[in-house]
Amino acid sequence: MKTFDIQKIRADFPILKREVNNKPLVYLDNGATTQKPKAVIDAIVDYYTAMNSNVHRGVHYLSQISTDAFEVARRKVQGFINAEHEHEVIVTKGTTESINIVASCYGRAFIGEGDEIIISAMEHHSNIVPWQMLCDEKGCKLRVIPMNDAGELDIEAYKALFSERTKLVSFTYVSNALGTINPVREMIAIAHEHQVPVLIDGAQAVQHIAVDVQELDVDFFVFSGHKMYGPTGVGILYGKESLLNAMPPYQGGGDMIKEVTFEKTTYNELPFKFEAGTPNIEAGICLTAAIDYIEEIGLDAIKAYEDELLAYATDELAKVEGVRFIGTASHKSSVISFIVDGIHPYDIGVILDKLGIAVRTGHHCAQPVMDRFGIPGTVRASLAMYNTTEDIDNLVQGLKRAVQMLK
Amino acid sequence: MTINEIQDELIEDFAFYQDWMEKYEYIIQLGKEVPLIDEAYKTDQYIIKGCQSKVWLYPELHDGKIIFTADSDAIITKGLVSLMVKVLSGHTPEEIAKADLYFIDQIGLKDHLSPTRANGLLSMVKQMKLYALALQAKG
Repeated sequence: MKTFDIQKIRADFPILKREVNNKPLVYLDNGATTQKPKAVIDAIVDYYTAMNSNVHRGVHYLSQISTDAFEVARRKVQGFINAEHEHEVIVTKGTTESINIVASCYGRAFIGEGDEIIISAMEHHSNIVPWQMLCDEKGCKLRVIPMNDAGELDIEAYKALFSERTKLVSFTYVSNALGTINPVREMIAIAHEHQVPVLIDGAQAVQHIAVDVQELDVDFFVFSGHKMYGPTGVGILYGKESLLNAMPPYQGGGDMIKEVTFEKTTYNELPFKFEAGTPNIEAGICLTAAIDYIEEIGLDAIKAYEDELLAYATDELAKVEGVRFIGTASHKSSVISFIVDGIHPYDIGVILDKLGIAVRTGHHCAQPVMDRFGIPGTVRASLAMYNTTEDIDNLVQGLKRAVQMLK
Repeated sequence: MTINEIQDELIEDFAFYQDWMEKYEYIIQLGKEVPLIDEAYKTDQYIIKGCQSKVWLYPELHDGKIIFTADSDAIITKGLVSLMVKVLSGHTPEEIAKADLYFIDQIGLKDHLSPTRANGLLSMVKQMKLYALALQAKG
């Protein structure tokens, strides 16, 4: 394993030096979005300073270099998740759009009345609502994998959900609200025994865990740039070539066509078939810098460090009177969700903010998870590679102060 | 006291607290003093949408004046709704509908007025004015 120099890493993230409410920033809302290293910020500035031009269109020099850079990023992503082909990597606006593309296009072609889609009880709204919309339109049904009190999916119940009508399984790799790491390999294999394709929401996984889509044998894999130290407004839809080819396009427009007449349009090949219109060029290109940064430090080293920090944070928070953890799975990643007896999470969030500590409070776009635990929401501290034990100590001190005020 | 007299008094009260923590402690204290809504009205009908926490607000017309009662499951939010009730309750629908709530800015809670803020102070103000307009039309 490479050595993990936390001070050097922190120095790479300019925003970590700022103050909030006259206190040094303690940023623990990484599940919502991560901060960006200087390399990514520089790449964004470089793009507009030296390269800005539309992609896949012009014969002029700038258009050629921006197109090249955009395609370099695609290959970078291909390598990052070990996709077999670069055209299996579709550039989207983000995880949400990626899921909507599959719901819309795979759904349009392969899912009909009476068919069933399996999701899990711990999904983010963006992996629930697109399927509900499809169900409303097509008359298909959602089946939901239940979870236990620790926030772990019930695999036996999952097996029992399959029927002749099951057309797709879609669930998250890591829960944004609970931190649970699901046994994706095993769950994909189970779906494949029934010849059912699987979509994995990797939005909370790719920044913490090395992903190999071929080894997982996953059919669709989606994630966002902004949660992995990259720019906002860009995400990825990975799909197996055969599936993507069999799906109709998502939106019509420029770049996704081969030939257009008023009588008929022939669609472009992968990946462009799913990339109608001008993409977020800057963000797409700057994914390269984000992935380079992650790979330079190494996901194994990042995971080992974050796991240690998670264990430390869990131990320290457990010492605060009244703290109850929501999500105590045996396999967890960098998310600590908790409530304090008798205190609303919102109140805690307000006081922590005044102390310069950024956490998320509320239902984390996963209302069914909160309903499952019978709570209005949680306080969520979510870690990234630049967080430290001092950040955790500050959180614990801040929490004690908040509890004192709010009790 | 008129709405503006109450606002001026609150501005004076808050000026006394320099430190944000004291301000919040005062808001929390105000929350404990809010005239509580009858449990029977703690229904979806009287929930104010747009808050991360739940806020219930009930208006009642007494001798031409609106009396507000409220509650919230978060105590800072309860303090904020209490502030609004303190200022607006006991006035005529006309007075409430046209009230200029300058005190929010002056006591340093302007941040809380942005429509995207999770505490829904703006939703509270809107809802109270809507109730006033509705009761004005009735009266």
